[in-house]
Amino acid sequence: MSKIKCQCGHDNPFGTVLCERCGRPQTEEAKESKLVDMRYEGAARRSQTYKRSIIDKIWNFFSSVKIGISIIVAVLATAAIGTIFPQKMYVAASTEAEFAAYYERLYGLAGTIYYKLGFHDMYNSWWFITLVGMLGTSIIIASVDRVIPLYKSLKKQRTKRHPSFMKKQRIYGEGPSEDPEAALIKAEEKLKELRYNVKIENGALLAEKNRFSRWGPYVNHLGLIIFLFGILLRGIPGFYVDETMWIREGETRSIPGAEGYYLESKQFIMENYTKEEADEVFGDALERVGMIAKNYQTDVALYKTPEGGLPGSDEMDFVKDYSIIVNKPLKFDGYNVFQMDFRLDELKSMTFQLTEKATESSLGEFTVDLTNPEREYELDSGARVILSDYYPDYDGVKDGEPISKSPIPNNPAFIFKMVTQAKPEGEMSFVAIKQTLETEVNDYKVKFVSAETRDISGLTVRKDKTLYLLLLGGIIFMIGVSQGAYWNHRRIWIQKGSNGELLVAGHTNKNWFSLKKELDQVKDVANLPSYEDRQDKESILQDKEVDKV
Amino acid sequence: MGLASLSANLLFVSFIAYLVATLFFGGAVKGAKSEASYKNNRWGKIAITITVIGFITHVGYFITRWMASGHAPVSNMFEFTTAFGMMLVGAFILLFYLYRTPSLGLFALPIAIIIIGYASMFPREITPLIPALKSYWLTVHVITAALGESILAISAVAGLIYLLKNIDLTKKTKQRFWLEAVIFTLILVIGFVLSSSAFKLSGYEAQFTYIDKNEQPAKIEYNYPPLFGMAGYESLTPDAMTPWAEMPPIVNAKTLTTFVWSVASGILLYLILRLIFRRPVAALLQPFAKKANSQLMDEIGYRAVMIGFPIFTLGALIFAMIWAHEAWSRFWGWDPKEVWALITWLFYAAFLHVRLSRGWDGEKSAWLAVIGFVIIMFNLIAVNLIIAGLHSYA
Repeated sequence: MSKIKCQCGHDNPFGTVLCERCGRPQTEEAKESKLVDMRYEGAARRSQTYKRSIIDKIWNFFSSVKIGISIIVAVLATAAIGTIFPQKMYVAASTEAEFAAYYERLYGLAGTIYYKLGFHDMYNSWWFITLVGMLGTSIIIASVDRVIPLYKSLKKQRTKRHPSFMKKQRIYGEGPSEDPEAALIKAEEKLKELRYNVKIENGALLAEKNRFSRWGPYVNHLGLIIFLFGILLRGIPGFYVDETMWIREGETRSIPGAEGYYLESKQFIMENYTKEEADEVFGDALERVGMIAKNYQTDVALYKTPEGGLPGSDEMDFVKDYSIIVNKPLKFDGYNVFQMDFRLDELKSMTFQLTEKATESSLGEFTVDLTNPEREYELDSGARVILSDYYPDYDGVKDGEPISKSPIPNNPAFIFKMVTQAKPEGEMSFVAIKQTLETEVNDYKVKFVSAETRDISGLTVRKDKTLYLLLLGGIIFMIGVSQGAYWNHRRIWIQKGSNGELLVAGHTNKNWFSLKKELDQVKDVANLPSYEDRQDKESILQDKEVDKV
Repeated sequence: MGLASLSANLLFVSFIAYLVATLFFGGAVKGAKSEASYKNNRWGKIAITITVIGFITHVGYFITRWMASGHAPVSNMFEFTTAFGMMLVGAFILLFYLYRTPSLGLFALPIAIIIIGYASMFPREITPLIPALKSYWLTVHVITAALGESILAISAVAGLIYLLKNIDLTKKTKQRFWLEAVIFTLILVIGFVLSSSAFKLSGYEAQFTYIDKNEQPAKIEYNYPPLFGMAGYESLTPDAMTPWAEMPPIVNAKTLTTFVWSVASGILLYLILRLIFRRPVAALLQPFAKKANSQLMDEIGYRAVMIGFPIFTLGALIFAMIWAHEAWSRFWGWDPKEVWALITWLFYAAFLHVRLSRGWDGEKSAWLAVIGFVIIMFNLIAVNLIIAGLHSYA
């Protein structure tokens, strides 16, 4: 593409709006407008210049801020729809049919539609992920399209600008000056005091400060890209572990997702605030709400199989003792183990007594471990009880057979065979909580004596190698956004006109009132002509009224 | 008991101080001809002094309550909303010293007063922390997020002034309708505060048993005459009124009752105002905004977003993610409160982009600032009270 030659002699790249060197408008549109558009300094941008090939078209689509904003609004709207009813992950159901039933039961027709449209799993839906992907693309392309030309033209800017550039600034003033040279020197001094970088060339002054604030948006967009990239990485195996484990008091289990590591649960502790410690401060609250939880904690020991240890051997090295509390996960080797849930008082074992029905005399007691029961129990009297069948979570009889809902001993039931001296063949008895069934009338029975319970901790095991990348993205975003938000790029141009008058112009990317405050100080010291803020029509009007008075 | 009651008294002092300061800001605006002339007005100086005193006592409330409870007082609706009001005043003071405009005070302080009034309707006793909240991240995350939100809220105040000044209220336009709707919403909040206080003073109580969402029996206490009953309710208070209708289990009939009472009293209040003045309420407020400089209000609105947005990002997203990772094992879980913080963030990101590259300043920017505040309030009120999630601590 051909270059555009400005009247000042500078060759500008094709598509330039304002000459890189002197600032003269190059397009008809810019020549006619009252105020020059200072975004990106009027530099040539790829998206505004090339419009032919398919790549140009894709580039131009994503580099448009209008499209970017539309994508933001689309993400925002879909995200909001996802909060109307609870998302799938907060619903206690596991099959699709259960989910459908859940939404229908609680929310009726609206719930069914919500479920059918897939809104119940909004944030994993392909359209939501596509939107986020488009947002990422837009951020990259829109930034690249702007940052390079902006950088080039800010680097190339000349001290002396063409009067047509000055006249089209939002802040502009001109007027006669008795001693323009002295005015420039005084202005320079004051501007330096205000921490501007000042350059003077050929009777023209350029004062500039905080140019780096212009890079803020691009830095923060870089941070966002790193963050989104980090999230993308989580899909790669090994980068991300997310497992749940339930562990009973006294148990030792291997940690899912963390090979070679074992966890022993010593005890689970749940505490509520007590009336005594509540005293005056918390008393009212406890009175009103009732119980308030204070602590959930699992005391554990961490073990590791030694390196080079034989597979299948029980050899384990003790690593450390730790109390996992909410907000204080156990950390080791990049893994975090969190206290997430608990179940209180699961049955651990049950103790029974074998008695003779007629005399109520005992033949001895035995204890059944409910997670790992033995087959046979020898009693002191010489009698034996054989556990011929065991149903940990008894759920009635189906097709003539007792069934168990789950392997968890919520409602244990047993079929015992009682072998005594009197009945060496043995008598069969079905024993469940609060009931005993016999196929024929027995002489003996197994009587429940006591049960022992224990608590179970629900722990979550996580490993996330992307966290540091996400954090880095966050930090870069914060640096960029602060850089752009808390500093302002300000420029003031002062130059001698052809007839010895002075021209003053100012530009800032934001906070014009603060720029004007600084310019006022310079104006007073250097006797500069008064200027107008062409967008603040009210003040101009008021000033005119004051003049009339 | 000493610290806790001292704390309550300090809050009351600051509430009164804000009321008085509003009057003085009114005096400053009324006596002035234009923005330029009231900059160093005497009334304005008195007003900002009283505001600062109010703010100091408000901070005093915050510190003494912190000392009494042993944790940062941001752990429930009352505490959070009160702190939000405090930071709103702080953000106003900051912007006042940057731009010295009493108009901003005249509108920011009444909003702070309404917010504190609203906060006081929630249970005010000091609650001990549940395990999930026991972390120094409670202090860091909540305070930063609230600070960011309060600075963003100032932009809505500036936007409101801009709109009141620039929208022609003599003609029937869309703008007039929506501006009146914004004012009406504020009146609804006042209606809630008034009706809730009235029933509290009368000591009204009605207890019910009901069946909750998970089909378990539960108990509930109403402080308003129960217009709507919970699913399967049975009255425990013999002389309480019988609810008009029974709600399905997903609807919290108590919240609905409170809502309907508030709306009813808000409408009543609004109608009374209309009957007395025979003009839209926005038109009553318009003279107070007339003297503000539009360009200045636009800049304050934009500046507030510029200051608030990074703080909001840090507090409501970054610190939130770090804490969520510590407490709930994942940094992001699409909990409604999280999603609405993200929505707020995306909204302000869009705000900045339309302003920078599509030149949406002035009135459009002012409307957006007001909508942003509506989203923040939605996240604070509706998400906590209606869309219950992990963040429902109130």
